[in-house]
Amino acid sequence: MTAIPLHMPRRLVEFTLDGQEVRVPEGDTILDACRAAGKDIPTLCQGDTLTPKNACRVCVVEVEGARTLAPACSRRAEPGMTVLTDTERARHSRKVVLELLASSTDLSTTPRAAEWIKEYEAKPDRFGPDAARLNEEPKIDNDLYVRDYDKCILCYKCVDACGDQWQNTFAIAVAGRGFDARISTEHDAPLTDSACVYCGNCIEVCPTGALSFKSEFDMRAAGTWDESAQTETTTVCAYCGVGCNLTLHVQENEIVKVTSPHDNPVTHGNLCIKGRFGYQHVQQR
Amino acid sequence: MDLKFTDTAKATDEERDAVDALLGAPGTGWEGGTGRSSDELRWARGGAAARERRDLLLPALHAVNDRVGWLSEGALDYICRRLTVPPAEAYGVATFYSMFSVRPRPAKVLHVCTDLACAARGGSLSAADAVGPDVSVQPSPCLGLCERAPAALLVRAGRSPSARGAEGTEGDPARPALDGQGGSGRSPGEGRPAHATAVVAPATPTALVAATTDPERAPAEPSAGAAVPQAGDPALTLLARVGVVDPASLDDYRAHGGYAALRRAFALGPAGVIREVTDAGLLGRGGAAFPTGRKWQATASQADHPHYLVCNADESEPGTFKDRVLMEGDPFALIEAMTIAGYAIGAHQGFLYLRGEYPRALGLLENAIASARARGLLGEDVLGQGYAFDIEIRRGAGAYICGEETAIFNSIEGYRGEPRTKPPFPVEKGLFGKPTAVNNVETLVNVLPILNGRTEETKLFCLSGNVARPGIYELPFGVTLRELIELAGPPDRMRAVLLGGAAGSFVRPDELDIPLTFEGTRAAGTTLGSGVVLVLDDTVELPRVLLRIAEFFRDESCGQCVPCRVGTVRQEEALHRIKDRTGADAAGDIALLREVGAAMRDASICGLGQTAWNAVESAIDRLGAYE
Repeated sequence: MTAIPLHMPRRLVEFTLDGQEVRVPEGDTILDACRAAGKDIPTLCQGDTLTPKNACRVCVVEVEGARTLAPACSRRAEPGMTVLTDTERARHSRKVVLELLASSTDLSTTPRAAEWIKEYEAKPDRFGPDAARLNEEPKIDNDLYVRDYDKCILCYKCVDACGDQWQNTFAIAVAGRGFDARISTEHDAPLTDSACVYCGNCIEVCPTGALSFKSEFDMRAAGTWDESAQTETTTVCAYCGVGCNLTLHVQENEIVKVTSPHDNPVTHGNLCIKGRFGYQHVQQR
Repeated sequence: MDLKFTDTAKATDEERDAVDALLGAPGTGWEGGTGRSSDELRWARGGAAARERRDLLLPALHAVNDRVGWLSEGALDYICRRLTVPPAEAYGVATFYSMFSVRPRPAKVLHVCTDLACAARGGSLSAADAVGPDVSVQPSPCLGLCERAPAALLVRAGRSPSARGAEGTEGDPARPALDGQGGSGRSPGEGRPAHATAVVAPATPTALVAATTDPERAPAEPSAGAAVPQAGDPALTLLARVGVVDPASLDDYRAHGGYAALRRAFALGPAGVIREVTDAGLLGRGGAAFPTGRKWQATASQADHPHYLVCNADESEPGTFKDRVLMEGDPFALIEAMTIAGYAIGAHQGFLYLRGEYPRALGLLENAIASARARGLLGEDVLGQGYAFDIEIRRGAGAYICGEETAIFNSIEGYRGEPRTKPPFPVEKGLFGKPTAVNNVETLVNVLPILNGRTEETKLFCLSGNVARPGIYELPFGVTLRELIELAGPPDRMRAVLLGGAAGSFVRPDELDIPLTFEGTRAAGTTLGSGVVLVLDDTVELPRVLLRIAEFFRDESCGQCVPCRVGTVRQEEALHRIKDRTGADAAGDIALLREVGAAMRDASICGLGQTAWNAVESAIDRLGAYE
């Protein structure tokens, strides 16, 4: 059973969403309203446990009277506003953003990316074979995780999770500028020389698989990663008394990775190095 | 904050000294002092008190860069200890700005402008071929010296003259030594060259060699008045004092009517000042043309305190140099205007965010602030009126994006200069999360004539490119583009005019009757923007100019949002592909440009991405480039 945290009652905001009058609690975003109304707006950088950074811009919608499109994930609903989610303009921007992303980064492990590319008829190839790509080799400098920045869309979620929104370790930040901007440790040092504490909370929030468990990375490389053959079991971590929830992903009777439910009111999906990576003893047979 | 340091590199004495000269000696081992005493091992220092100096990160990076020329791992770590900043974040900030380097480089760095006006006048990196191997040459976006194009800026790292001989005292090495007016004759101390800058324009090979060999003895720049072709015209309002007063003398400024407007402001009271500015209909001159009175009113009425004033002097739009001329020619006017603005909005602290490429303006403004403070025109009790106001200069480090009104806050606060999402707007949550009014230099200086009773509003235009008399022109709103260009001496065969800068748009020679007002240019499908009027004659290869504009936006994109980060790259690639093509051969890529441009305009977070396609689009649609 998942505990459902109760909030203070909030006033309702009334506005028009695709021609329908909708009412959402004050402070909710347009995306919250869309989801409540059963609309599927694509999002990549939005995270359920983090403050929206609205960097990817695939969730843009049209707000009447605004010069530019608004990111649904961070724009709060205001009384009386008129929002259109599926206009020609919004669809065009989503299509181009998907093309720009898919042409510069590897979206092969990004959930739903292929589906949206099809839905919006995006053609990432049309920028030509010489279009600049990240073309980064995966950084493998420790036994726990792999940083494959060729898949990074620079959504800032790992930075926020490592920084003051969750972990307060501040091992990574965005360095450089423009197309050359990258997630980086201080002085671009290997992770082992950085402030990293290997909590893996950055992996937990990464939307593209740019950050992954070494176990998952190795199995993908060997062609043995098979999500359909995996079972997920949520249990309680036995290392200390906090009682964090662990979700064990098991394939062929081996734990292949550990995540944590985001709706847990105590940990919101965050774990420490032991809960996230300390499962080998279970497999000592 | 429990920060982890890798301690792989130690700061040198020189680097520590540069930082300590800015921040004072470290109090305890907790903030970078050598070793921890036995007492210090029994208590820990941290929390908000230790973190609240984060806004000194950019000045500290400048201190080391000015002294040593680049930012080593040891120096960055030491700065982080002193300011309680996570090393990864400081590295992210240091690598954001183009004037900093985290790799070793020579003490002398020559920034050669390769932007529009300079390129139109033959500026290129090859001009720097003759300089010695001890100089690191790097291309630079517009240096704001378009009237004397082509231009270059030489920066030599070294001890600051003010810190020399005054070890450990209040000397501020972040201040560059020279204002370009009285630099010669100083002897470098202790066998090390002093920090020096030299502005070279026009950047002839000979001048570049002279400047790089001995920047302290480089010929002085011409007075700011030389950039005002209309000098002496009694109709000038904003430029009236430029070239007339001594920019270093407060007395001279007062003798020319200075500080009358501030007295009037105190007589009117804050609400009265806002009313006058609102009634005058002053619109922001930074490019967005937002009503200044409304902005001030909205800031003044916020219940949250303190309020801040930020003067946006990060003039980096290619072709724009009006703010530099105002600051270099009449620095006290800006200080007076900021004091009035601060008074109107209820702020007690103003930040003057000056782009890093303006060493002479920096020296003159520092002098103006110090003089005003010494005379009670800034400080605890301005003019004996019981109003406290002071101004701090913050020097940018080479990032066009920091001129965006919210990126400027992040930059001042010691974060990467990335724009913030709006809403909330600055008047509500701006600098340090507090209500803030951000105004451009020209906007602020306009407040003085308004309070002094002048009714006719004027606009400054930056004329550059193929005109006979490039410079800053001041004209009443409503004159036509043709009249303006006639004043500056048009070329025989004009190809096009870029109006409003790289974020503006091109107009054809047969469209010169556009009235130069905000409404008139909008009606004509163009913009006044920052007042750029770059005239191109028919010798200019348009595709090359467009490529340069695309390169500029790619280089200056902060990288935060996808449409701008990747879109500006795709725009440049497409323009590269069609640079020698026309008609059907270019049609496919032009269609691609339109699609990417529309997404950048619609979906980018800030104005940089939203306008990155304007000039290219206008060149295709109005000039028929690639036809």
